[in-house]
Amino acid sequence: MNVWIAVLATGLGCYALKLGGLVVPQRVLDDPRVRRFADLVPVALLTALIAVQALAQNGSLELDAPRLAGLGAAVAALLLRAPFLVVLVAAAGVTAALRLV
Amino acid sequence: MTVTESDVEAARRRSAAMRDGLGVGLGVGVSGLAFGAAAVAAGLSVAQACALSLVAFTGASQFALVGVIGGGGALVTGTLGAVLLGGRNALYGLRLADLLRVRGLRRLVCAHVVIDETTAVATAQPDRASARIGFATTAVSLYLAWNLSTLLGALGAARVGDPAAFGLDALGPAAFLALLWPRLAAGGTERRVAAAAAVIAVAATPLLPAGVPIMLAAAAALPVLLRSGRGARTDAKERP
Repeated sequence: MNVWIAVLATGLGCYALKLGGLVVPQRVLDDPRVRRFADLVPVALLTALIAVQALAQNGSLELDAPRLAGLGAAVAALLLRAPFLVVLVAAAGVTAALRLV
Repeated sequence: MTVTESDVEAARRRSAAMRDGLGVGLGVGVSGLAFGAAAVAAGLSVAQACALSLVAFTGASQFALVGVIGGGGALVTGTLGAVLLGGRNALYGLRLADLLRVRGLRRLVCAHVVIDETTAVATAQPDRASARIGFATTAVSLYLAWNLSTLLGALGAARVGDPAAFGLDALGPAAFLALLWPRLAAGGTERRVAAAAAVIAVAATPLLPAGVPIMLAAAAALPVLLRSGRGARTDAKERP
């Protein structure tokens, strides 16, 4: 199998899955349980993503102090009700500053 | 026509959605540098790296495929694994179908950009109009930034400056956390699902290939499917 075929097949397969969720009939989504599940799935997946991005590197758990401190700064900014972009700058800024020292 | 207070409020929500979208799109988009560099290091040509970002446009699957190619694995299994990792986007589609309500050609175009970032921004907005604006702003800015930075990374730009030196690896999780924050603050069920999802994903990380633990964490939302339909909807307000 040629790498080009793998690239295109991955693109097609990923697109099919993305479309698959969007074309589920409204009738199915009107079921309150499905609606609640669909509503909570992004919460579950995005929290999982946050946890893995914060605590893992290349498939193994690894505590990176500057990155964790950056996320701590983001939490502090959120608790202080800072605007979204301030939260991002605090996270990247603290992480970058600690990597300098 | 007079400008009412609700018009002002609606305009404020729309610009907040655009700010969220641009922040995520440009902030997360630069990690395309790392992808472009990883792809070329794994043996893909610059054109192949760019094509993968253009047609797959979902980071986890892209990293998975180049990881297998770099490790000398079989292309068929590499492709299958990469596609399976895209499964979480189908779950996002379930939520976005109702939120975006797009049909026909627009649905076919929107489908290509149903990913973590667009879902995070769209679902964080307080109403449907700003959810659509947030989705579109994230989609356009991230598509441009991700593909441009893939090209630069593939051409060797990642060697010039390490994104980690600028703390950019903290941007993704910080952005997702900021977008989820209001929902976690508002709902007891949300907090329980989030905590369970984090535990599942972190516990599975040393055992399973990258990306799979995240898919697995969707199981944290399953209990609401099993509960009776009647109580399910009021559940959101159970704890203020």
